[in-house]
Amino acid sequence: MNVRLLVFLLCAPITAWAQGFSGLGTNVEGFAVPSPAPVFNFPLDHGPHSDYRIEWWYLTANLKDADGSAYGLQWTLFRTALAPGEATGWHSPQIWFAHAAVTTPDAHFATERFARGGVGTAGVEADPFRAWIDEWSLEGPEFGTLDLTAQGTDFAYDMTLQSTGPLVYHGEQGFSVKSGEGQASYYYSQPFYQISGTLELPTGQVAVTGEAWLDREWSSQPLSENQSGWDWFSLSFDKGDKLMGFQLRQRDGTYFSAATWIDAKGGTTAYENGAFTAEPLAKTQLAARDVPTSWKLRLAERGLDVRVEALNRAAWMPLSIPYWEGPVIVSGTHVGVGYLEMTGYE
Amino acid sequence: MNRACLKALFSHWRRNPLQLFAFLAGLALATALWSGVQAINSEARASYAAAAATLAEGQFDQIIPPSGGTISQDDFVALRRAGWLVSPVSEGEVGGVRVIGFDPLSSPVNFGIDELEAEEQSLREEGVLYANPETMRGVEDSFDVPLRANSNIVLGITVGDIGVVQQVLGRTHLTRLIVLPEQPLRRPKLHDVTPHLDLQEASQTADIGELTDSFHLNLKAFGLLSFAVGLFIVYSTIGLAFEQRRGIVRTLRALGVPLPRLISLMIVEVFLLALVGASLGLALGYFIAAALLPDVAMTLRGLYGAQVSGVLKFRASWWVSGMGIAVLGSLAAATVQLRQIAAMPILASVRPRAWQMHAGRALRVKASAAFILMIGAVALGLFGSGLIAGFALLACFLIGAALALPVLIHPFLVFAQNHARTAVACWFWADTRQQIPKLSLALMALLLAISANVGVVTMVSSFRLTFVAFLDQRLAPELYVQVLEAKQAVAIETQLPELGATVLPLLSQDTEVAGQPTRLFGVRVGPTYRENWVFLEGLPDAWDRVRDGTAAVANEQLARRAGLWVGDSVMLTKDHRITIAAVVADYGNPLGQLVVDEALFHTLHPQIEARQFGVRTDDPAALRRILISDLGLADSAITNQSALKDISLQVFDRTFTVTSALNVLTLAVAGFAMLMSLLTLTDLRVPQLAPVWALGMTRRRIGQLELMRTVVFAALVCLFALPVGLGLAWVLLTIVNVEAFGWRLPMFLFPLDYLRLFVLAILAAIAAAFWPAVRLMCLPPAQLLKVFANER
Repeated sequence: MNVRLLVFLLCAPITAWAQGFSGLGTNVEGFAVPSPAPVFNFPLDHGPHSDYRIEWWYLTANLKDADGSAYGLQWTLFRTALAPGEATGWHSPQIWFAHAAVTTPDAHFATERFARGGVGTAGVEADPFRAWIDEWSLEGPEFGTLDLTAQGTDFAYDMTLQSTGPLVYHGEQGFSVKSGEGQASYYYSQPFYQISGTLELPTGQVAVTGEAWLDREWSSQPLSENQSGWDWFSLSFDKGDKLMGFQLRQRDGTYFSAATWIDAKGGTTAYENGAFTAEPLAKTQLAARDVPTSWKLRLAERGLDVRVEALNRAAWMPLSIPYWEGPVIVSGTHVGVGYLEMTGYE
Repeated sequence: MNRACLKALFSHWRRNPLQLFAFLAGLALATALWSGVQAINSEARASYAAAAATLAEGQFDQIIPPSGGTISQDDFVALRRAGWLVSPVSEGEVGGVRVIGFDPLSSPVNFGIDELEAEEQSLREEGVLYANPETMRGVEDSFDVPLRANSNIVLGITVGDIGVVQQVLGRTHLTRLIVLPEQPLRRPKLHDVTPHLDLQEASQTADIGELTDSFHLNLKAFGLLSFAVGLFIVYSTIGLAFEQRRGIVRTLRALGVPLPRLISLMIVEVFLLALVGASLGLALGYFIAAALLPDVAMTLRGLYGAQVSGVLKFRASWWVSGMGIAVLGSLAAATVQLRQIAAMPILASVRPRAWQMHAGRALRVKASAAFILMIGAVALGLFGSGLIAGFALLACFLIGAALALPVLIHPFLVFAQNHARTAVACWFWADTRQQIPKLSLALMALLLAISANVGVVTMVSSFRLTFVAFLDQRLAPELYVQVLEAKQAVAIETQLPELGATVLPLLSQDTEVAGQPTRLFGVRVGPTYRENWVFLEGLPDAWDRVRDGTAAVANEQLARRAGLWVGDSVMLTKDHRITIAAVVADYGNPLGQLVVDEALFHTLHPQIEARQFGVRTDDPAALRRILISDLGLADSAITNQSALKDISLQVFDRTFTVTSALNVLTLAVAGFAMLMSLLTLTDLRVPQLAPVWALGMTRRRIGQLELMRTVVFAALVCLFALPVGLGLAWVLLTIVNVEAFGWRLPMFLFPLDYLRLFVLAILAAIAAAFWPAVRLMCLPPAQLLKVFANER
């Protein structure tokens, strides 16, 4: 796939891509815009919202094999629209792309797929839930019970997921503000999946179990013009609490941050800009850029002061849109595991 | 000291500007020809690699429908959903222009449209197609969507998003699926997903590479030959210069310059001069290439429909190779001389004639080297196989012939001398004989150039003659018709015979015969085939056997590659054995072909229906009108025979335009070598001519005799060039061509062409000798007298 052509196809300035998956242009011609205090309608809202420009089904998992070795797994389906709405056949304005990855302490496998909407090679249906692109799929009778599969040239996985807790909503009941100027997205998660299955790696098959976290987010213009990228954390602590925190890096050197504290039963507390801080401790040079792979995270109101270390510092996704995504290990006031995504590092 | 030494060394060139000119110009010409050819080669290669890439043909595996069938969009989805990473292509024709629709998101190639400005809207939203401005001319009205110009797109096609193209063509099916090079780990078998579709591997479609190799082989051989001729010039110039500088060398060494330092300085000197000569040559090569490239571009466009830009881009590869080979070549030429200097006792004779003293020995060395090389050539011809052996044979033969030249000329001159009646004649022949060692390099260059010309004239003309005959055989039907739909095919088969025309359906299917990729043809055996096909070898009742379905006609390519010949039998399928009834020449086609009867073809491939027809008719124009008006065929779907022949011949002639241009250049370089040798010899000759002048021969007479000597040499070289050139052609036609392309060309002789060539060569030699002769005629008597005054 020619990146230039992709950019051209999506008619977005190239700088927007550097910002991450949400930075698709800075205008919202004809697209719907998220508004505060949403009321979600499930299972319908698990499906696509073609009037919004960008949307994703973003699954990450921290896994362990029988020997206790740690692994990370990612499966993400993105939808982006050239124009609002849907049409049949090749005339559909919807474009789908997906990333899959497996991370081990000393290896990282990543691959991607692209597909046009309207012809049947990719899509999402809400009920029964079914998200697919080519032979990759995340599907099941309902959102809490899912089968997952993906493969690349050198790896593959087949997993089953079972949720053990409720959906959680970020920001204000699922209305997640992304900048001081009010850009926002709809954002909810299912962070309580138990996951098990088989990884197929060049070294052989590995049976693994662990926890998975699925993010659902859609919007038309989530990033502000002065934001260059983001650092996003999803952490699961040993005591059962969880934390979603992100900071958007702004071109003036400041940050816009937000976080959601999730207790073991699924109760949430949202924290507004500034409460959650993330400070890079060490950088790794990857693909000719310096990427922070060790972080100090603080959320004073929860007494959180932890160090977050990449399981594998080389978890670079060398795809059409390059970024860093991989499992992390948490130590400090809270102990646990999680996932880190960093975009916009040039 | 270095500076003083270098100054002393360079002073030689200052005193002999002509030698400096010969050195630089010789090297420049050699480099120019070499780099010019390289430039054309690399440019052309890059261009059609790009063209092949834009069309995605040959480069990737493809999934294709059975002949005449289509691929449904559901097939595409099923394959993607099963883990086959394929990209859809939908093709058709509108107004005689090929329309290609592709999916930019999944396609591994972009068909030339990636240079679109980013601010343009997407392909899909715009609903436009893109085409080369040249293609667009006159066809815009045929399309109901706007065409947009993009000069990166290959000629003769329009490209657009698959959605737009399907709309333009009014259909939803696909014509092929490009298989992406990277496929996932657990991909199922193709036939488990889509049993009705076939995988066509990339190598089976890579026609362009095979076809163009013939062209490049030609060019490359000429590049090397030109460079060899150029190196001869450099070698002889360096030889002369070093010879004349023995005095300087002796003086410098006597003054205390250590030998190693002197040699290092001379290497530096040659290196610097070579650098200058090579740079001039590269600049010149650039202009040669730029002048010839439009022809090459046209050739390739005609041959392969591939666009080659007629504009030369600067490529580091040919620049570096040209520079490197020139500098290394001159250093190599200098090495021989430097070794002599190194071995020379410090106060050795500095007489320039020291060079010739060894002539007798050198002649013997040359003779034995030539003998060994000729034996090598014969051995390679007998036991070698493969293209490399073919070229090695060629190299041995040519170098051996060149080395043998002085040895072979010698007896002729001895004979002439023995039969000379007058003193002047006797002196003339003896003096001519004495010139051989000094002129031998220039003569060898001339020999190579003339033989190369003889060889190429023979090869090209033989090829053309055979090709025309072949076209007459193969393109017997007056009209060729291509249909798209089954109902048109039926109409042609039923309606045309009623109008008195004979219809000859052409069925074809790509398959494998005896392990070779082969196109199987099904034909309706009849008078057209019986009368027009001339076999290389065949059974007397070949066509009857084909008609019975027990035999087939194979083209030479298949026959040679599969090791089959007339009378052999081969399995067509698991349970169908067939005899080769005849082998037919099929020039310029890289693929194997096997011709069987229509009925047998239908048994083997019942799903394939004829889409191509040859039509025999007395009135092609009238039939053409009927086909268009009554059967609704597009004008472009009908080709008449003479048009096809014309196109074929044009393609052929263009292919060799460049070859003939390079021929002329090679001859020019050889002429220049002659000129330079004679010019540098003029000064050396003064001491030899002064006694003759003193005995009463006028300067005018001396000049005339010098000119005559050149004619004698040129004529002798031509005499030897004829067998060498014919040998060259024979090797090219019967060994190299068979190894490279799988077919042998019959060799024809063209005495008139050779005669013309010899006259040209002798004229070139006279032109080269003219100036040196005039210089001798105008030599001031004082200078001739000085010879006696300065007697060393």
